[in-house]
Amino acid sequence: MFDLALQAEPAATWTALAPAILLGLTGLVLLGIDTIRTDEASNALLAAVSAGGSLLAFGTAAWFLVAGTGQERTGGAISLYGDALVVDGMSLFFTLIFTIVTAMVAVASYDYLRDHEYRAEFYSLVLFAATGMTLLSMANSLATVFVSLELASLPSYALVAFLKNDKGSVEAGLKYFLIGAVSSAVFAFGISLVYAVTGSLVLGDVAAAVNAPEMAGVLGIGVLMMIGGFAFKTASVPFHFWAPEAYEGAPAPISAFLSSASKAAGFAVAFRVFVEAFPLGALPAGVDWVIAFQVLAVVTMTLGNFAAATQEKVKRMLAYSSIGHAGYALIGLAALTAGGPNGDVLGASMAHLLVYGFMNTGAFLFIALVEHWGVGRTFEDYNGLASTAPIAAVAMTVFMFSLAGLPPFGGFLSKYALFYSAIEAGFWWLAAVGAINSALSLFYYSRVVKAMWIESPSGDFEIQSRPVGLYAAVIFAGLGTLLLLPAFGPVIETAQTVAATLF
Amino acid sequence: MIIEALIGVTFLAALVVFVAPDEYAGKLAAALSALPVLGSLWMWAQYDASGNALLGGSIAFETDIVWLTLGGLDLHWFVGVDGISLPLVVLTTILTTLAIVSAWTPISNRESQFYGLMLFMEANLLGVFTALDFFAWFVFWEAVLVPMYFLIGVWGGPNRRYAAIKFFVYTNVASLVMFIGFIALVFGLGDSVSSMRLPEIAQALRAGALGGFAGLDAATLKTVAFVATFLGFAVKVPVAPLHTWLPDAHVEAPTPVSVMLAGVLLKMGTYALLRFNFTMMPDVATALVVPIAGIAVISVIYGAMLALAQQDLKRIVAYSSVSSMGYVILGLVAYTTYGVGGATFQMIAHGLISGLMFMAVGVIYNTTHTRMVGDMSGIADRMPVTAGIFVAGAFGYMGLPLMAGFAGEFFIFKGSFASTVHSAMPLFTAAAMFGIVIVAGYLLFAMQRTLFGPFSFDGEYEITNAPTHDVAPLAVLLLLVIVLGVAPDLFFGMIQDAVNPILSGGGL
Repeated sequence: MFDLALQAEPAATWTALAPAILLGLTGLVLLGIDTIRTDEASNALLAAVSAGGSLLAFGTAAWFLVAGTGQERTGGAISLYGDALVVDGMSLFFTLIFTIVTAMVAVASYDYLRDHEYRAEFYSLVLFAATGMTLLSMANSLATVFVSLELASLPSYALVAFLKNDKGSVEAGLKYFLIGAVSSAVFAFGISLVYAVTGSLVLGDVAAAVNAPEMAGVLGIGVLMMIGGFAFKTASVPFHFWAPEAYEGAPAPISAFLSSASKAAGFAVAFRVFVEAFPLGALPAGVDWVIAFQVLAVVTMTLGNFAAATQEKVKRMLAYSSIGHAGYALIGLAALTAGGPNGDVLGASMAHLLVYGFMNTGAFLFIALVEHWGVGRTFEDYNGLASTAPIAAVAMTVFMFSLAGLPPFGGFLSKYALFYSAIEAGFWWLAAVGAINSALSLFYYSRVVKAMWIESPSGDFEIQSRPVGLYAAVIFAGLGTLLLLPAFGPVIETAQTVAATLF
Repeated sequence: MIIEALIGVTFLAALVVFVAPDEYAGKLAAALSALPVLGSLWMWAQYDASGNALLGGSIAFETDIVWLTLGGLDLHWFVGVDGISLPLVVLTTILTTLAIVSAWTPISNRESQFYGLMLFMEANLLGVFTALDFFAWFVFWEAVLVPMYFLIGVWGGPNRRYAAIKFFVYTNVASLVMFIGFIALVFGLGDSVSSMRLPEIAQALRAGALGGFAGLDAATLKTVAFVATFLGFAVKVPVAPLHTWLPDAHVEAPTPVSVMLAGVLLKMGTYALLRFNFTMMPDVATALVVPIAGIAVISVIYGAMLALAQQDLKRIVAYSSVSSMGYVILGLVAYTTYGVGGATFQMIAHGLISGLMFMAVGVIYNTTHTRMVGDMSGIADRMPVTAGIFVAGAFGYMGLPLMAGFAGEFFIFKGSFASTVHSAMPLFTAAAMFGIVIVAGYLLFAMQRTLFGPFSFDGEYEITNAPTHDVAPLAVLLLLVIVLGVAPDLFFGMIQDAVNPILSGGGL
């Protein structure tokens, strides 16, 4: 019933960019509000506009996805501006992740920012970064990839260093910026090498020209450097060093934003660039990027897990666990084969990123809640939290068990789908490494649960306030994590259908 | 729809109780948990199916809808009961209500969370016993662990953290082993199954549709999967030597949680063994009859010997569960109508009797604040009603005729003695029968020292009759034990009907 309107007439194609445009406009509106209203009460308005704008973008993307915009049943992907951008099912699916995470972060920031200056700048930077991520998922040319990568990254640097008077925050921002600058340079150099070999920046043309045996060595180096750029954005080995520092130093809502939305954006562009520009089967020998991703996936998930197990601070543990999850999501690229069930593999990875968007954002927002209360940062400081804040503790328990992949939560099914599709593609050893890592991760996730519920409070702390925004965001994320178990069917089916059209 | 209603109402009750004020939580939970009891009894009265749900029999109260599609294997929301699962559903609902009532005295902090978790666990247990899709079943199976972990870890004894973690890690690792084994089996079936529905998988396996997977040929894969799933379930049962989590968990857990642990959670293991290993792969089970029967007999004798060596009343009952579960394994591997049927009946009987024993120990502990055999003597003078029920329950455990324990054990011995799967089965049966002697030994010894003789008690607590709401659940359980002992056919008829299809075909 939804198809009718859009199928009848493929509306002016630029309207397909509506989610990105809405996000960008919301960012500008926020700046406008700030110039008119400078009083204290504006915080609620800013948060409401940010959340409303991102939810509107979410709704638009969801509507497009249901209506079939840019998908096969309505005539395939919509190509814009000389193939620089493309709107298809995959970009819309990733837009869902970015926008819902942005909405949760905006609602949570309402309480987190109450005593801070420059709130409008904060919200608008978040929305500009989200705009960049949305464009990143649509980028169909290496030039737009680079530009939108910077659009997503530059606001992030500023956001990490937002707590100007906090030494940790500024240090984290600087580290993030320096590593980001280095990896951008590496990435740009990789693009130039690929351009030198293929003579084009548009992904489709690169793919057509990629089979040039005499330049295979240069192409291989270019591809390797581009992998480095994606590794930075997704916080994978070998460019993961910034993540623990940045996530720990940044304001907790920004940690949530970076580790969920920004990571997903990195995957969105990596999926499209490698699948579209360097198609398997057409590559010259020596440029087999799948092997590189297999190594990265195994190393990233193992390193992230073992590092997380040794942490004493909860936020830092979550930062390393987020690296581990990047390793799981990399299976989406590592288990691809020429002619294999590639749509299933890639789709499962996308579905995992969506579920991860809920459970990981929720976990970091719980940290934000705890920081808001002034409780400490280590596992011991969390002792007995459940007796003072049972509902938030239930939500955090849901996030922890879901991240560990225990039923009955969304993370269980998404990990299962991921490992299952890897086995289906013949990579049972990849699934085995993932399953073992996933089982080990229960150790450090359950430490949080144990501290909250089972240990007695180590010190006296009182919770004076129940911040509405943070509670709403945490409970919303918890419900999402829970409901994605029964409702996982449409998610995985959509993800696998839209992923299959890439091949 | 009745099964969805049953599970849904229980989940809802858990939520309501979780946010209710602590003062009313216990009463509210007991009242709300009466709803699933009524529902399950209604199911029992309306039950009209026949045959085994996995082997083409009719399924009562069935729902089957597609949940999600994944790479050619559909996951279904598929629930229903047959003669094997329905008695366990009834057992779960009744025992939960009684355990909740028995918690009124000992649980005195964070009550609403405690009762909420009890109901949450009940909902998942009902799911375990009714789900007929592997995936839905596994979700419930794992979800039972979470409330149990908290129930032991928050409200347990001094060493509760260690016990809770040990329980959690032990059973989770076991689940992982089992999950991998079973999924490998499903992959080996290839295109001959289109979904994770257990009946489909069971029938394909028994029809010999298994192919190779991951470099293993069909026969090896089947044996490996059997061993992996057997080990996974055996931890839950538990059988020696995988039982070491059990005494820790029982001793640290508060009494009502012990009741659920011994009464229902252990049955998850034997139920799964019956449904998966013994129903789906009878050829492997009969080929491995000597090691399996050996493990069963070792569990019976070793568990009983361990019980004999204990000074803590709760540890005695805990170890005797290992012994009783050994009988169940022996009955299952016998592959006779009385063996497998008796094993299923024994699950119910042991659920009621071990629940009764744990509750009785708990009532004594509530008054004396000690469970050590040496700390008290002649309690029967001061607590005659509790002591009377304790004695009656102990005799039920020993297998006194006209009590449920007798019926269960008698059926098992009759079945395994007549078993034809291996010529040594009568020998195994005879060896296992010695367990009864040891059970009688330690129970009589413990009762003689604590309940009878001249009264002496070192503690500063005054010993008087327990409150009515402590004794009432005991009386109800004793009544049920006697009713099932006098009229085992209340359940045994439907059990036998569901068990018989397992015993022929499928390479037997």
